Amino acid sequence: MKHSHDAGRRRFLKVFGAATGALVVGLPAYGWVPDELLGQNLVRLGPYVRIEPDGTTVIGSRDPEVGQGIRTAEARILAEELDADWTRVIVEPLDLGVTAVGGDPHWTLGHQMASGSTSIPAAWNDLRVVGAAARELLARAAAERWKTTIGNVRTVRGVAIAADGRTLGYGELAHAASQLQPAGSAPAPKLPSQYVLIGQDAGDVDARDIVTGVQRYAIDEWFGDVLVAVITRCPWAGGGLARLDDRATLKVKGVEKVMTIPAPDPARAPGTQQLAAGVAVLATDTWAALQGVARLDVEWQPGHGIPEGDAALGKAAGAAMAGDPTKAVRTDGDFADALERARHKFKAEYRIATVAHADLEPPGALVRVDHQQALIIAPVQNPRATYETVRRLTGLAPDKIEVRLPRTGGGFGRFLESDYVAEAVMLAKAAGKAIKLMWTRGDAFTHDLYRPFSVHALEACADRHKALTGWSHRIASTSRLAGREPRSRWWLSEMHPDDPPAGLIGNLQYAWYALDSALPRGSYRASSHAVNAFATECFLDEIAQALKQDALAFRLALLGEPRKLPYRGHGGPVLDTGRLAWVLRLAADAIGWSKPHTQGHGFGLACHFTFGGYVAHAMEVSMKGNRLVIHNAVCAADIGRVVNPLGARAVLAGGTLDGLSTALRQRITVGKDGRIAQQGFDEYPLATMAQMPHDVQVILVPSQESPAGAFAMGVPSAAPALANAIFAGTTVRVHQMPIWPELMRLL
Amino acid sequence: MQQTPQNPPASIVPEPIRSGIDLRINGKQFRHTGDPELPLLWYLRDVLRLTGCKYGCDDASCGACSVLVDGKLERACTLAMQDLDGHEVTTVEGLAARDGTLHPVQQAWIDEDAILCGYCQPGQIIAAVDLLSRKPRPSDKDIDGIGNLCRCGSYPRIRRAIKRASKAVQGKAK
Repeated sequence: MKHSHDAGRRRFLKVFGAATGALVVGLPAYGWVPDELLGQNLVRLGPYVRIEPDGTTVIGSRDPEVGQGIRTAEARILAEELDADWTRVIVEPLDLGVTAVGGDPHWTLGHQMASGSTSIPAAWNDLRVVGAAARELLARAAAERWKTTIGNVRTVRGVAIAADGRTLGYGELAHAASQLQPAGSAPAPKLPSQYVLIGQDAGDVDARDIVTGVQRYAIDEWFGDVLVAVITRCPWAGGGLARLDDRATLKVKGVEKVMTIPAPDPARAPGTQQLAAGVAVLATDTWAALQGVARLDVEWQPGHGIPEGDAALGKAAGAAMAGDPTKAVRTDGDFADALERARHKFKAEYRIATVAHADLEPPGALVRVDHQQALIIAPVQNPRATYETVRRLTGLAPDKIEVRLPRTGGGFGRFLESDYVAEAVMLAKAAGKAIKLMWTRGDAFTHDLYRPFSVHALEACADRHKALTGWSHRIASTSRLAGREPRSRWWLSEMHPDDPPAGLIGNLQYAWYALDSALPRGSYRASSHAVNAFATECFLDEIAQALKQDALAFRLALLGEPRKLPYRGHGGPVLDTGRLAWVLRLAADAIGWSKPHTQGHGFGLACHFTFGGYVAHAMEVSMKGNRLVIHNAVCAADIGRVVNPLGARAVLAGGTLDGLSTALRQRITVGKDGRIAQQGFDEYPLATMAQMPHDVQVILVPSQESPAGAFAMGVPSAAPALANAIFAGTTVRVHQMPIWPELMRLL
Repeated sequence: MQQTPQNPPASIVPEPIRSGIDLRINGKQFRHTGDPELPLLWYLRDVLRLTGCKYGCDDASCGACSVLVDGKLERACTLAMQDLDGHEVTTVEGLAARDGTLHPVQQAWIDEDAILCGYCQPGQIIAAVDLLSRKPRPSDKDIDGIGNLCRCGSYPRIRRAIKRASKAVQGKAK
């Protein structure tokens, strides 16, 4: 960072003595520039910490809660350094922090995004400082009251304690503390040996609201004078309206307006604007709007680019891979030469279907826009991107756009986009009314930014000692960066040059081939890691089997001595082979890898390094007739220091099941006319409880390393471990995701 | 000042006594006078603002809108108001006691931290209440019969929460 670190430290926090006598502490986050965190009043929560005179400690959580447990984890980090009394802590979501500086937006709260498992690492850096600073002020206030030095004051669970045993609660100290100038430098955070909250289990802070039904997601919010909008959209991104008859619609009681939404601008990135042209029905309530849409007589015409199905993309992949790669991602040694001289040679092709996000909460937005200000309440994972979309559409001043961050019903990458917010803002502007945009389940399936389709061509070779001497992984895929970045950068989301087995095999080549597609693509939980790990870890299993090697021993031999390999991508700068090997051993031990296996049961293993986390899965399966039974599932994870083990286990077990569910049956298909075939869960089956293992045994490796996050990490190795277990149990090797239809075809 | 009694203007005609669909929701009486085909889901969400009943789909496939009608599990998205005349609906908001004491199933959900994104959990809780009313000691196979979808993968904790709630109810009965 260019800014002077020392200068920043001197001004590292803002303290406010609020009118109510509360101590309010905020942290200037990005670029070490101090920011006004509270604004002019206490009407809405602005700061990270507010201690009320009665001792209630309100902690603001800045990142979107998408089910990763960030509200709980962020509050625990801060409360730890504050020595707060957890039973007096209330956690409130913060809005997007933005002010105007010279006509430009200026972000005041630092990291505010749910993507790539980055919230926890960022919070670890920032929020410990906030908590420690607030604690220091309270301790200093106590020292002044007792006319002693701060060294004679300790703090425990919301109470300052003097050497002679006198005590003052934080609430009693809040006003005095708010009058103090913060120290010139950030107080040192605690030593890990002093932790009383970090590393201990904490239930989700919103749990009571959720189980009583009062937790409000964006879809549950409402304005008094709002019109509900439901949109029917053109099936093709480039197409437009051919004919519209809305007479029957306008007769529906409650329907007030029918409006059109133009086709998206092909020059603008997907996700920053509407995905397709549409006809919107605005009504007094959802049912009226839905009935209005059902009575529309609309014909659409295709424009440029009809989405193609996976079969056509598969053909295109074959053609592309016959030529030169779009990007030679990594070349070590000479793979062709190694192949020529090798004793054993292996080859396989894997194919991964396009999938949809299928969040239980569909996209949607509640917006109020006038010529002075805008208020946006929507499920958002990337509030700054949402803000930029709103700013472009409204032209409002930077500090006149308020983006709230409600808890979201999933996310998985879908809410990184702001197409649905753009729709709502356009309608609100045109109608001159506040708009509550509702997407139906069908809308969510047919107008998504899907996980890319990919074909993986793998080749490898081994010497007479059965050690791998060459490895080639070539991927053809419909990069999600197409339309967002220059073509030369499209490979970046699709293939990671330092992913294993890179650095473990002397002659190795990674190459990527661009596939064009008219289907919109976007981020997805664990992104291409979830796809590439399937191909790599299944292929390794095939090789071990062909070489008559134990799949665990073969992998451990490949990982070799514990050492740090350079890792340039997200999660780097290094990949520790020892940490990966360790989680693999743990998972294998827990599933009983080396013990006698039950007759007819197949065991499978896989591991992967994702965004700084080391995870291995082990599965035990059998086929009972036409039913797949997953008897046991183990997820061993080294994700650095774990802030909240209860939450981490939930997310890693959840990632495991989500990975299995997506891999087993999920697939988006495109008809000959370019329409998405799936419109509901019947056609796009998420796994049910009956299809999933009864439990996922999550093993967390104790670690002193910085926290790495957890949300993506449980996904990538789950599906290959399952496919490897299926092979072990049935001798059928599935080379496709989704696994289930192919398994049924082959069995 | 003296007010002179006024008759209403002739243009205002008294409405007849309105008829409608009478039903009880969480113990309170309601009368729906609008479209009889209105799905209960939208009556709860848009009219009463009982938003614990979630929208997830339109064909009863996900279970996010699960409610109890006369104690039996139903999906509010495909249940028309006209079929509810005289019936008793319980939503997730109606499970806890009036003093705020949670239903044993709600408490079990908290104790097992069966949350993740939480969007499907009100529906899962309703489905569990229904299961336990039919099978106080459900087997794993009974629990497998719950078809409510969870994208986040909270099923193992839901399973544990149901077993915990079952034990809690048994304990109370003794």
